[in-house]
Amino acid sequence: METTKAREVVQITLQVNGEAHTVEVEPRMLLADVIRHKLGLTGTHVGCEQGVCGACTVLVDGEPQRSCLMFAVQAQGHDITTIEGVTPESGLSPLQAAFQKHHGLQCGFCTPAMILTSEALLRKHPNPDEAQVREALSGNLCRCTGYQFIVDSVLDAAAQASKKEGQ
Amino acid sequence: MKPAAFEYVRPDNLQGALAALRDHPDGKVLAGGQSLIPLMNFRLSRPQALVDISHLTELTGISVVDGAVEVGALVRHQQLHEHEEVRRLLPVLSEAAGEVGHWAIRNRGTLGGSLTHADPAAELPAAAVALRATVVLANADGQREVPAESFFLGFLTTDIQPDEILVAVRFPVPPADVRYGFAEFARRPGDFALAGAFVEMGGDASGSITWFGVSGGPERRELDFPDDAQARKAAFAELAAEFDTGEDAVYRRKLAVTVAEQAYQKAREGRR
Ligand SMILES: Cc1cc2nc3c(=O)[nH]c(=O)nc-3n(C[C@H](O)[C@H](O)[C@H](O)COP(=O)(O)OP(=O)(O)OC[C@H]3O[C@@H](n4cnc5c(N)ncnc54)[C@H](O)[C@@H]3O)c2cc1C
Ligand code: FES
Ligand code: FES
Repeated sequence: METTKAREVVQITLQVNGEAHTVEVEPRMLLADVIRHKLGLTGTHVGCEQGVCGACTVLVDGEPQRSCLMFAVQAQGHDITTIEGVTPESGLSPLQAAFQKHHGLQCGFCTPAMILTSEALLRKHPNPDEAQVREALSGNLCRCTGYQFIVDSVLDAAAQASKKEGQ
Repeated sequence: MKPAAFEYVRPDNLQGALAALRDHPDGKVLAGGQSLIPLMNFRLSRPQALVDISHLTELTGISVVDGAVEVGALVRHQQLHEHEEVRRLLPVLSEAAGEVGHWAIRNRGTLGGSLTHADPAAELPAAAVALRATVVLANADGQREVPAESFFLGFLTTDIQPDEILVAVRFPVPPADVRYGFAEFARRPGDFALAGAFVEMGGDASGSITWFGVSGGPERRELDFPDDAQARKAAFAELAAEFDTGEDAVYRRKLAVTVAEQAYQKAREGRR
């Protein structure tokens, strides 16, 4: 059994975007804050800290989860993927390109989590219908786009991918 | 805001967790964190210590034993929703689990956490009552079993003791002639429901309704379902009139009747 006293700082190693990062944290530090402030990966956004807005969503072992509702100490031993991890060295990922093409973003605050959740969706269901896309993204709030263009983006990215596969 | 400081205990197994809980009378269990961490982020909850059980694989199983589906406390809502055996034997439970919050919440929130938190509008506590489940609780000395119906005591209150961990929930597989239906109403998908209902109906149209979201906790009522739609509506309304709904009583009672009818229709269509 491991016990960490209140305010005690512990060293943990997090596997983020395929790289091991060793950081010092208090147990009360949220994964979202450690990703942003200790790792400098500021693509993970924090909106509400109560699980509602979805902006902080990251992939934990490939599944979307709220990084504001998890302590960083709990993320040890799991693979964390942030938006930086699905962004190519140069250019855009197919989903990112589709969001650009369809105006799936305006201010961009919700976008990293929209992309990550969509990545996970397309891995699970490569050819989702509109209802599946809407259900998967229902936990991600967007104050700008009105959602239609986001849904269009995800459906188009899926269509492009299956076209490629068919070739 | 950010959580207040707490002592963090990460036990290696259930026995260790139970011992730690006994050593920390002001401590709380941390499972999926999807109810507890929001409260801590806003400092509505400031536990002195957290006993983290989220990694204890011994509580993650789903098995069919002696005509019942036993679901470990740490089974995530999404797992419960997608599990083949659960879909086959208890489709209404799978369906209800899929209505809990959003995908990302369901990937982390647990059955044990949902039942222990006992939000009045939560689907799974009502599912446990409707399906006549038994809750299995453990402390450092041993285990006890409580029928779901007597586990829920009211708004965010259950029979669990501070040194206990909910380890599993046992759902009996319903007899072949009993069918279930589930319906709820929420303003947006993923929001807590304003009202919801499970209908259980035997071959002779006798059965029960278990409502949620309409008062402090799951409300189970037995009745014979009238064939006539008007008579049924009147019967539902009579039961709903008893609920202590708090705000918007007229609206909530109307909703209770609406969701009961929807659940009834689904039960008639022959779901289990
Ligand atoms: C945005 C959002 C939307 C949501 N929508 C819904 C919804 O529509 N319907 C719904 O039902 N829920 C909803 N929830 C809550 C969700 O279902 C939670 O998963 C659930 O209520 C708590 O489970 P947890 O594992 O996360 O528990 P935790 O948050 O870890 O714990 C909750 C409480 O239970 C105690 N506890 C947890 N597990 C155990 C155990 N095994 N033994 C003893 N004590 C234990 C903890 O000490 C704590 O007091 C929502 C949550 C969010 C953030
Ligand atoms: S910041 Fe995590 S869901 Fe809003
Ligand atoms: S693009 Fe601004 S919140 Fe979605």
